Amino acid sequence: MLLLAEQVLNGLQYGMMLFLMAAGLTLVFGVMGLINLAHGSLYMVGAFACAAVAAATGSFWLGLAASLAAAAALGALVEIVVIRRLYARDHLDQVLATFALILVFSEGTRWLFGSFPLYLSLPPVLSGAVTLPGGLIYPAFRLAIIVIGVLVALGLFWLITRTRLGIRIRAGEADREMIAALGVDIAKLYTMVFALGAALAGLSGALVGSVQSVQVGMGEPVLILAFVTVVIGGIGSIKGALIGALLVGMTDTLGKALLPGLFARFMEASAATSVGSALASMLIYVLMALVLIWRPTGLYGARA
Amino acid sequence: MTLKGKLIAGLATLALTAGMAHAEGVKVGMITTLSGGGAGLGIDVRDGFQLALKMAGTSDVELIVEDDQQKPDIAVQIADKMIQSDQVDVLTGIIWSNLAMAVVPAAVAQGKFYLSPNAGPSALAGAGCDKNYFNVAWQNDNLHEAAGAYANSAGYANSFMLAPNYPAGTDAIAGYKRFYEGAAAGEVYTQLGQTDYAAEIAQIRNSGADSVFFFLPGGMGIAFMKQYAESGVDIPLVGPAFSFDQNILQAVGDAALGVRNTSQWNKDIDNPANAAFVEAYQAEYGRLPSLYSSQGYDTANLLLSAMAKADLKDADAFRAALEAADFASVRGDFAFGPNHHPIQDIYVREVVKEGDVYTNKIIGTALEDRGDAYAAECKM
Repeated sequence: MLLLAEQVLNGLQYGMMLFLMAAGLTLVFGVMGLINLAHGSLYMVGAFACAAVAAATGSFWLGLAASLAAAAALGALVEIVVIRRLYARDHLDQVLATFALILVFSEGTRWLFGSFPLYLSLPPVLSGAVTLPGGLIYPAFRLAIIVIGVLVALGLFWLITRTRLGIRIRAGEADREMIAALGVDIAKLYTMVFALGAALAGLSGALVGSVQSVQVGMGEPVLILAFVTVVIGGIGSIKGALIGALLVGMTDTLGKALLPGLFARFMEASAATSVGSALASMLIYVLMALVLIWRPTGLYGARA
Repeated sequence: MTLKGKLIAGLATLALTAGMAHAEGVKVGMITTLSGGGAGLGIDVRDGFQLALKMAGTSDVELIVEDDQQKPDIAVQIADKMIQSDQVDVLTGIIWSNLAMAVVPAAVAQGKFYLSPNAGPSALAGAGCDKNYFNVAWQNDNLHEAAGAYANSAGYANSFMLAPNYPAGTDAIAGYKRFYEGAAAGEVYTQLGQTDYAAEIAQIRNSGADSVFFFLPGGMGIAFMKQYAESGVDIPLVGPAFSFDQNILQAVGDAALGVRNTSQWNKDIDNPANAAFVEAYQAEYGRLPSLYSSQGYDTANLLLSAMAKADLKDADAFRAALEAADFASVRGDFAFGPNHHPIQDIYVREVVKEGDVYTNKIIGTALEDRGDAYAAECKM
């Protein structure tokens, strides 16, 4: 029972981490109609900025602030210099250009920081494990990720539904020519949305980097999962990104934890392990296929 | 022909004759991983190799280095180019077993020598062995076998085993179980490249194991060890050196302290060759060598020792000179078995902190004069 509770928390934490990535991706995808493969690079930049600043100053919190600032600044710069030229082009051109950005950022980071993984440790407040009610022992930092994820989700809902910027974002999603005609500076809006998405990716990179590893190429595996999340949740929907991320996180974690045991009931142990883990790694794609059959635009998607 | 054209043609001829004048030496093609997530390993092998050439002060070896990007198709292209257009005599450098399987059989079939500084897949040690293929590092299973032997001597009787779901991962657990005599508390295969181990750590916590064996090279190992240390689980870890090399340890930090791991080399092995190597490496590159550096260094010294004894044009004599392995290995005793794989001691190391640097120190020997499990299947 404790094991199951721990795995549910793990799934929740994984889902929240995915949400931070997917939220930025879905905003950019929905509002600007842009497929941004370089989103994973912004995640990597956030992690490297956090590690570098934390190593220089000795403070994890300064590092975290730096990761937000660095990713947002780089996001704005990339939008102005490169992405702006791509809105009118078709998706293939966007994919090619943003893929090129991945290569530029990866090799640029390698050039600056070298090929070896960087060290980023947790702040003392969050290191170690805490005992939850019911006797469950759980790492403090993973709880913190869950809390940060919830706070970011609340903040984004407030931003989208209650502020002027949110109204513009929603309007931009619905009809970009019309809001440009109404006098909204669409170029500035796009830069802001892109920087916001980049900052969320950077934050996610810094948080994840401190429990995993900070190295070149860390963003690409997460990017694939973030795209799966966006497709499941529906393009452009923050709510969809949250639900999708939690679904993917839970399915992946519980699948890995429970499937091998399930197969062991009617199979030989070693075969059950290999069949179970092979199936568990496919599970989220099966989930995506099922959701798309049921709702081709994703759970909360307005358009295909 | 214009004047400019003549000039270029003349220069090309000149360059060609200049090239011929140096044709007496040996041309070595190094295919290794210098970009992407696995670049640290290739860089260390290359640096170790180049250091040995520099220390020998020889100009007889012409070294061409190319980056395979950890992709088998690129490695094959580079090998074809090196063999056909650069006309190298000896190939070396590949880090990953899947790349070695793509390149080595074709290269040795064309009469080239291949000296492996890292990858040692079982296929090339057993039925697929070749008279021109030499492995200077280890057969893939070796360090895992040593971990199993160490687990016995440490009194572990209920191990939880963890490895990625790919050929080297299944080999790792098979190698561990070849020597480990206790029971299995659990056997989990993770995705290759996975970086979040929360689900596996929860299983370990609830498994009742008395030890955890894990093989998670590169970033996977960093992530696992940091998360394991934060999880409050305190079952002792044991694993092969791949998750504890000099570069990875700095990224893991305190989380790795005290962990036992198995390796054929460490910087504190007491022999003159090793002392000279460690000192020169630090002076040249400003960092401590890793086991990959030591493998690159030994590979170059093996080549130099064979060149001193025989001419490469006489392939049989050159092969015999390689088989003799008449060089001062930084590992101490070193010999080739019948399948051209090392027979060597494998040590148990413990992660310690020296000043500000995390490193390993040897605390015992896990296996003495260990060859490999596949030598009997090799028919040369």
